[in-house]
Amino acid sequence: MYILEVKNLKVYFSQKGKVLKAVDGISFFIREGESLGLAGESGSGKTVTALSLTRLVSHPYLLSGEVLFRGKNIFRLKSADLRKIRGAEIAYIFQNPLSSLNPVFTVGNQMIEIIRLHHRKTKREAEVYALKMLEKVGIPDAYKNLRSYPHQLSGGMNQRVMIAMALSCHPSLLIADEPTTNLDATTQVQILQLIERIKKEERLSLLFITHDLEILRRFTNRVAIMYAGQIVEIGENLFEKPFHPYTYALLSARSGIIPEQGLKGEAPSPFAFPAGCRFHPRCPFKRSICEEKEPILQEKKKGHFVACHFPQTMVK
Amino acid sequence: MSRRFILSGSLIIGILIILALFAPLLSPYDPNKIDVENILSPPSKAHILGTDSLGRDLLSRILYGTRVSLKVGVVAVGIALLIGVAIGALAGYCSGRIDALLMRFVDIMLCFPTFFLLLSMVAFLRPTVFNIMLIIGLTSWMGVARIVRAEVLSIKEREFIRYIKAMGAGDMRIVSKHILPNVLPSILVVGILRMGGAILTESALSFLGLGVQPPIPSWGSILMEGKSVMDIAWWMSVFPGIAILLTVLGYNLLAEGIRTLAISRS
Repeated sequence: MYILEVKNLKVYFSQKGKVLKAVDGISFFIREGESLGLAGESGSGKTVTALSLTRLVSHPYLLSGEVLFRGKNIFRLKSADLRKIRGAEIAYIFQNPLSSLNPVFTVGNQMIEIIRLHHRKTKREAEVYALKMLEKVGIPDAYKNLRSYPHQLSGGMNQRVMIAMALSCHPSLLIADEPTTNLDATTQVQILQLIERIKKEERLSLLFITHDLEILRRFTNRVAIMYAGQIVEIGENLFEKPFHPYTYALLSARSGIIPEQGLKGEAPSPFAFPAGCRFHPRCPFKRSICEEKEPILQEKKKGHFVACHFPQTMVK
Repeated sequence: MSRRFILSGSLIIGILIILALFAPLLSPYDPNKIDVENILSPPSKAHILGTDSLGRDLLSRILYGTRVSLKVGVVAVGIALLIGVAIGALAGYCSGRIDALLMRFVDIMLCFPTFFLLLSMVAFLRPTVFNIMLIIGLTSWMGVARIVRAEVLSIKEREFIRYIKAMGAGDMRIVSKHILPNVLPSILVVGILRMGGAILTESALSFLGLGVQPPIPSWGSILMEGKSVMDIAWWMSVFPGIAILLTVLGYNLLAEGIRTLAISRS
């Protein structure tokens, strides 16, 4: 059973009369209880994808396709119904916890507000509940920290607060957008272990966005690779047997693993993607068809899709 | 430095508020009691600040004038903030067409020379104290709207607004509970600055005889009366002038102090 199904999602923005294709026709699904990783370079459309799942992108020029959450099309929902899904069914953890919390209110204040957005609880009850949540995500001295302002807490603590907030309304899908990018290495591990623990405890489905492939390899079931607003490869054992030259290049960019092949050139401008396969200017295996015809996602192995004219097993 | 500004500003304003509250107790005479035997007497033991051309005690009149001035400041600014914050927040948050429409309206209002606007409104409304406050409020909200709009525009793009939205908050809640508290320091500063401005405007209107009407004592109207006798009764112009100066200075010091404090905090 799919908890989330995305069909042909397109998100365009208009900038100075030009159309910016941030996300250009992607489709994927997340199974109940599964964690899907979403990886790609900066600007490949990962965050825009995450935000558009609950219609959070501001002023899109075009927002089309379908996002089905438990069968309900998010894009067709009235905004009042959508608000009941945001936070209560689909919750987010953002990249920068400090700037994602309101600087003029205490942590407790904000938690209580979110709890009371979705549950009929008095302030007192909500506070007790918030304390419980803070303890659950491993914040020491929860009572004192509930009364702290975000700037008084460390980055790791703030990220824990955000996780507690995201969990406080019992969502079934958690979208973590680079939750550890701004943290130091030891805190990173702690936060990742925390996310993994609560995912099990709360039976969450997870969409995990990062550019750190190692994290995805360890913490997710399946991985989708985005390039220039499209998914170029999606599947389970992506890292063992990548079919797409871009996935291969990303993997080799990690030090010491596949050292012989780096990635040349730059990601194309989202205002004007190259014709044909968007990766062809950087692809070491390109042939003439790659410059003319856009490849579509095709099942190469069971559950493993690749958008490439000449998919090949790159490793071994 | 900012602390010293706040301290001296609030000291001045605090004293003025006390003077206004206890004006009946502190004034040595009834401010409207005419004493034909003591017309234009210079400052003396009996009349510390002298008397005016009707023999009324100047100190008592200035003390009672404090009430008018402070009230005008607070109420007029209250009205201006109410309109300005509402329009600015709406324009900044909605952006697009609503923003363009509202801001062109602000531009149109700003195109009128303020005093011309004031004078024409005074012509239509009876010059009671409340109407004067209303008119000053209605002609001074545009600056507030512009500042609030600019602040809302920048704050609504901040990450925490997107986050609270992602957690299911509606637009009304986002604006009133998350954006406006972040704009509060700026609102406070403009508000306090405008209070000084509103008092000046009231004094100017009263000076022209279009503001608070006699016999209600107002600093501006005392100044006007003093103008015709400036060569023989300097105290009629100097003391109400000092009162206006001190009040506006107090408000400006306070506003400047809060502004620098807010900047150093953020």
